[in-house]
Amino acid sequence: MSPEHLAAAVRERLPDVYVARGEVVAVVERDDLVDALTWLRDREGVALDLLLSITVTDWPHAEPRFWVAYDLRSTRPVRRLRLKVALPGDDPWVPSVTGVHPTADWHEREQFDFFGVRFDGHPALTRILLPDDWEGYPLRKDEPLGGVSTWFEGARLPPVDERGMA
Amino acid sequence: MSDRIGVEARDRSGEVRQETMIINMGPQHPSTHGVLRLLLELDGETIVSATPVIGYLHTGIEKNTEYRTWVQGITFVTRADYLSPFFNELAYCMGVERLLGVEVPERAHLIRVLVCELNRISSHLVTLATGGLEMGAVSVMLYGLREREVILDIFEAITGLRMNHAYIRIGGVVMDLPEDGPARVRRLLQVLPERIDEYETLLNDNPIWRERNEGVGVLDAAGCARFGVTGPMLRAAGVASDLRKDEPYAGYETFEFDVPTRTEGDAYARYRVRIDEMRESLRIVAQALERLEATPGPVMIEDPKIGWQARLSVGPDGIGNDPEYLREIMEESMEALIHHFKMVTQGVRVPSGEVYQPVEGPRGELGYHIVSDGDHRPYRVHIRDPSFVHLQALPTMLEGYLVADLIAAIASLDPVMGGVDR
Repeated sequence: MSPEHLAAAVRERLPDVYVARGEVVAVVERDDLVDALTWLRDREGVALDLLLSITVTDWPHAEPRFWVAYDLRSTRPVRRLRLKVALPGDDPWVPSVTGVHPTADWHEREQFDFFGVRFDGHPALTRILLPDDWEGYPLRKDEPLGGVSTWFEGARLPPVDERGMA
Repeated sequence: MSDRIGVEARDRSGEVRQETMIINMGPQHPSTHGVLRLLLELDGETIVSATPVIGYLHTGIEKNTEYRTWVQGITFVTRADYLSPFFNELAYCMGVERLLGVEVPERAHLIRVLVCELNRISSHLVTLATGGLEMGAVSVMLYGLREREVILDIFEAITGLRMNHAYIRIGGVVMDLPEDGPARVRRLLQVLPERIDEYETLLNDNPIWRERNEGVGVLDAAGCARFGVTGPMLRAAGVASDLRKDEPYAGYETFEFDVPTRTEGDAYARYRVRIDEMRESLRIVAQALERLEATPGPVMIEDPKIGWQARLSVGPDGIGNDPEYLREIMEESMEALIHHFKMVTQGVRVPSGEVYQPVEGPRGELGYHIVSDGDHRPYRVHIRDPSFVHLQALPTMLEGYLVADLIAAIASLDPVMGGVDR
């Protein structure tokens, strides 16, 4: 099934669908997210039964600030679709999809860990890769990078964005 | 230690109750494949619940790529899953190439397929070797690592490094195969099939190996879908899912190979699938080698802004730049120096956009979600590492089994913590 065919097949349920660089992308409201994922999973001929990953992108100078992307795939034959949800910067929450795809559990924890996006209804939304007592959300663009203190007295390696290169 | 753990015990009021024990396994445990930590709730020897705790190897690779150029990103992503560096490089570079809208030369595709399939074998050999060691099969460990060493020698001859090669670059590969490269690979092709036979004679009908692996860590196809499990684990559960067949990239559709499957979905089936995959990879390597001879040509696209990395020839001592090139930029042409400076410090700007680029890694679908805002650095790189995803299925695979089965189950799941924690 070509991307255009898949886009046509889901348009009745997800009107905001387009094809970019050969990938099918659909945008939904956060209130509709769980229903849309369930429909995509159960709909005959679409059957996107694998949730591959959840990726948050932070655009600090824009509103909506956060975009959450759900990369979906059907096991065999392979069809792919990306579902995207926009979140406001002052209240970044999105319903958890662990009820539809149990694999979302760790993906949601990871994105919470790095971006502070709350996944409402997640069974245990705690940090996963960083220590429990870590402060801040390091993959946000406005998070200071911090330098590295060295063993030499008074010496400090400046953060990478202050080193002048790249 | 109480001797009443796991058995019925009477408390002070005389009530009969069941006690369980919480045990911490790892992160410094030789059988947890690196720095994986498991919190086990045990009823005697039986696992009541298992909770994986990860993050001990987190190095911030995703954040780091946002502050380096697109080319420098390769040196980071290759260190994520350190047993399959070429696959990380390939997925990242293919994603960036799609954003750039460039086509890679035929010879570069063939070299990419060649090194990736060799990498698949070397990765499966480590799985076999460490898995064997954990079952007490020390000779399997020695054999597996011995053969892997031969492959790493080939990698060193081709790329200059045994691991973390940064060999696959945006637009192709950084240099052509060395003169003795094909001969080395051909020698491997002669030796390895016999060696794989040897492993099979050693293990296939070995009563201890079968006893420890059969019926252990079972995950069927439906379970795989729920947990997002792909790769050898899904194929061992009877689904012939392989992106090289289902969604061919890098010219895989032109190669002849089969997708081995089993139906049991247990640790033993995964071992058999991996052994068969090594043979299929050898078939692909042989075909790639043959076609490389008939396909001369560049290994990097022409565009100087992208292809400059492949044209910085190395001096005769193997260190530093070619003196000829240095003379040109330092003594002859001011413009050449300016260009050199711009290309090395900033590199190419990538048009804004978003792609998800998957490849079939040794452990399953390895995907790169790459976002560009049109700058000379990535805006966001997210790695969908199969080990991270598969570890989530571990509690389901363990509950109700014995502690000894846990070792076999983890070994068959084949997590690489560098990829899990990134």
